[in-house]
Amino acid sequence: MIKEPVIDLKMAKEHGLSDDEFKRILEILGREPNYVELGIFSVMWSEHCSYKSSIKMLKTLPREGGRLLVEAGEENAGLVDLGDGLATAFKIESHNHPSAVEPYEGAATGIGGIMRDIFTMGARPIASMNSLRFGSLERARNRYLLDHVVEGIADYGNCLGIPMVGGEVVIEDSYSGNCLVNAMSLGIVETKYVTSAIAKGVGNPVYIVGSTTGRDGIHGATFASVELTEETESKRSNVQVGDPFTEKLLMEASLELSKKAWLVGIQDMGAAGITCSCSEMSAKGESGIKIDLDKVPLREDSMNAYEIMLSESQERMLVVIEKGFDAELNAIFEKWELDCTHFGEVTDTGMLEVYHRGNKVAEIPSEELVLGGGAPQYEMPVREPAYFSELNNFTIDSIQQEEDYNKTLLTLLSTPNITSKQFVFRQYDSTVRSNTVQGPGGAAAVIRLKGTQKGLAMSTDCNGRYVYLNPRMGGQIAVVESARNVVCSGAEPLAITNCLNFGNPQDPEIYWQFKEAVTGIGEACRALNTPVTGGNVSFYNETGDTAIYPTPVIGMVGLLENINQSVTIEFKDAGDFIVTLGALNGCLGGSEYLRTIHGKIQGPIPHLNLELEMGIQELCLDAIKKGIIKSAHDLSDGGLAVNISESIVHSKQGLGARLDVVRKLQNNELLFGECQSVIVVTLEESALYELILLAQKLDMHTQTIGRVTDTNSLVINDQIDISRIKLENAYFNSLEKIMTQ
Amino acid sequence: MHFAVIVFPGSNCDHDAYHVFRHILDVPVDFVWHRETDLKKYDAIIIPGGFSYGDYLRTGAIARFSPVMESIIKEAHAGKPVFGICNGFQILIESGLLPGALIINQDVRFLSQDVTLEVDSTDSIYTRSLQKGRKLTMPIAHKQGNFIANDDTLKMLEVEDRIAFRYSKGKNGNPNGSINRIAGILNKKRNVLGMMPHPERAVETLLGSDDGIDIFKSMIGVA
Repeated sequence: MIKEPVIDLKMAKEHGLSDDEFKRILEILGREPNYVELGIFSVMWSEHCSYKSSIKMLKTLPREGGRLLVEAGEENAGLVDLGDGLATAFKIESHNHPSAVEPYEGAATGIGGIMRDIFTMGARPIASMNSLRFGSLERARNRYLLDHVVEGIADYGNCLGIPMVGGEVVIEDSYSGNCLVNAMSLGIVETKYVTSAIAKGVGNPVYIVGSTTGRDGIHGATFASVELTEETESKRSNVQVGDPFTEKLLMEASLELSKKAWLVGIQDMGAAGITCSCSEMSAKGESGIKIDLDKVPLREDSMNAYEIMLSESQERMLVVIEKGFDAELNAIFEKWELDCTHFGEVTDTGMLEVYHRGNKVAEIPSEELVLGGGAPQYEMPVREPAYFSELNNFTIDSIQQEEDYNKTLLTLLSTPNITSKQFVFRQYDSTVRSNTVQGPGGAAAVIRLKGTQKGLAMSTDCNGRYVYLNPRMGGQIAVVESARNVVCSGAEPLAITNCLNFGNPQDPEIYWQFKEAVTGIGEACRALNTPVTGGNVSFYNETGDTAIYPTPVIGMVGLLENINQSVTIEFKDAGDFIVTLGALNGCLGGSEYLRTIHGKIQGPIPHLNLELEMGIQELCLDAIKKGIIKSAHDLSDGGLAVNISESIVHSKQGLGARLDVVRKLQNNELLFGECQSVIVVTLEESALYELILLAQKLDMHTQTIGRVTDTNSLVINDQIDISRIKLENAYFNSLEKIMTQ
Repeated sequence: MHFAVIVFPGSNCDHDAYHVFRHILDVPVDFVWHRETDLKKYDAIIIPGGFSYGDYLRTGAIARFSPVMESIIKEAHAGKPVFGICNGFQILIESGLLPGALIINQDVRFLSQDVTLEVDSTDSIYTRSLQKGRKLTMPIAHKQGNFIANDDTLKMLEVEDRIAFRYSKGKNGNPNGSINRIAGILNKKRNVLGMMPHPERAVETLLGSDDGIDIFKSMIGVA
């Protein structure tokens, strides 16, 4: 028998709680907590579970409107109406810290967690994406992280049989040692079968289903709430171990269960395991919950109550059903050969009551533990960092025009941020379930919805460099760019999920970045009428003294009413006209060109005008719906020359392009400048007039800049003249060369 | 023709196969759980892809002991069409219905991409309405799809015209490194086919290719 340790402020601090938080616990309980209770408070009030430093800002985001059925924070994931009795649930979540320490399992369990958030809503996951960021690949450690993160995602996701349809891989040195692994999953549910994470009905039985409970991942949530240090390596045991096969069985069993009228509530055991699911579900039901830990199936007999309550063993769920349906529940889990154990009851006491070996080992009001209830919420101090004004002073005169633009273009096409990510995407099964209309590598991924004419488009985006240089506008740009990608595929943007990756929120300069970026995201979402369905905040992304670039990744989902109208980025036929929707203004501030070719990270970043942006997106979508657009590709990293090159190398052999562009810009601004609110489209000559009419109606600028050719080459004015094979070699082979060196 | 799509714990291409018969070809099809032991009422059996038993131990090695396998082997010996795709091919090899072995891809990574196949033997219910040498485009998605066999087995497969599909030469040819570019093989009686590529994911032009549908049409005799 382990002796009960002394609970004092010192112990509380070791658990990551502050003086005030410990005081508050004493008030809530009217006594000192025991060791188990302290553990429960520490995980539930950790940044990871309580969002204590971010929730006040998150509440400023638009969380209703559009086609939203379930608002952010109400359930595991938001829910958006698609018509035809269908809805989609989608969410993005981070698994940064575990992946930085143990990349394979860290990334794998990130996939597992986000999938469970979706199928606990009753929705079958039908597509997923990953947004990944690593430090320079010149360092072996970063290559190791990329290689194993990708393998972890592939092994877990492929086994589950959910297609990985796209995402991003970004390489910037600010992520060195603190990689970002953000996983997004999207599911479909018939609205009548939507399930809820709620515990109610006194006397209803509470079950733990799925995997057994072990010592893995104890205090994972608390671990995710500190910065990474050299000692972090020793916390490998804080990283959970995934079992995709069990997850697949659990998914099938849960989806069968979600169609039963006697199911009351279901929730994933993610961060903080049994503790979090029991307190959140009972708080939501305004009930109470009483559990007996002796019944929990364990991997190791000697586990104590503290360990069982805080275990983050994967692939487990908490299930509440109506009294008297135990046999029916057991039959489902018996079929899928999973544990299904009755270990508690719903009560009306408002308490989380925990028993172990005949003793009551914890008794805490559920409501006091949870976000929106008693969990702390902080107003954080902010301070504008000095770099903000220092770095935003770039002028074109400070750099020299190069002599050979062909060479510059090839360098940009080979740089890890722009080059094809085929090396990564080829490891993900992108076609399973036979719905993938556009897989990885395009502007947005598109899947069809079987049994309807509809499709869904998804895109994840964030330019962390932009957000670093201008958090407010960078936040706006992340939203509109993901929307623009979705629009380029022919879909109307519906709603977003976000994964907000930042440094230490206690640092006022970091919190300033956070506050500004969230404000920008809110502004853009309101303008586009795309509410936030939910997501996740990941703070403490720092190694040593260095924080990552502020990186609020946006996952946008859009709807295509007619899947046959989906559009791709590659050129289709020689002779087609190449037209820009919006005006090229050639901004080099914050660009990939400035970083890669001139080694400068400087703003100002491209200016975004939300009204103009909405007009351009509307124009593009209208033209696509009229059926006159043959390819659409938004202008982003690397500028016009890279945009056109990408549309060439993905097109059928033989095609190329010739551009004659007149703009009052310097050569490098024209070729490599990154402007907002510009989409490059192609169309037949006969359709030009119709496009111009549409543009006039919306008062939007268009410019014909060239034609698709059958010359297997790219020519831009007298600045670029290069063969297609050279473009292909730079674009398709560079990442593979780096990774297999 | 009534099809059975076998579902093992961990099968995940079962819905793709079902979709082909139910929605594209409109022929009767049922999901059959792996504990079923009687397959008499079905005219053809599909063992779909996926990760049966999580690929633990070895791909297909545990599924081979599922209750349903005994009757699949019995029906195969009786001459009923049994078609294993991807993990289904791996299971057919583990169960001894097809020879050879499938080992890890030559560059030891999972490969998800389109490949171009060539129809080799047209002497089977699956390929009877296809032309020898015809090129078919469809996805592969596997980590263990590199076919190997000893010299005697290879010679037997070649001499007996039991290679149904080969990966084509050149680009998108033989990414997993299979010997003699073998993508799919038949048993001696020619009623059992196993292949690594996914024809069931290539049945609609919307998704990129419908080259796979002709294999299924050939099975039901409506080519």
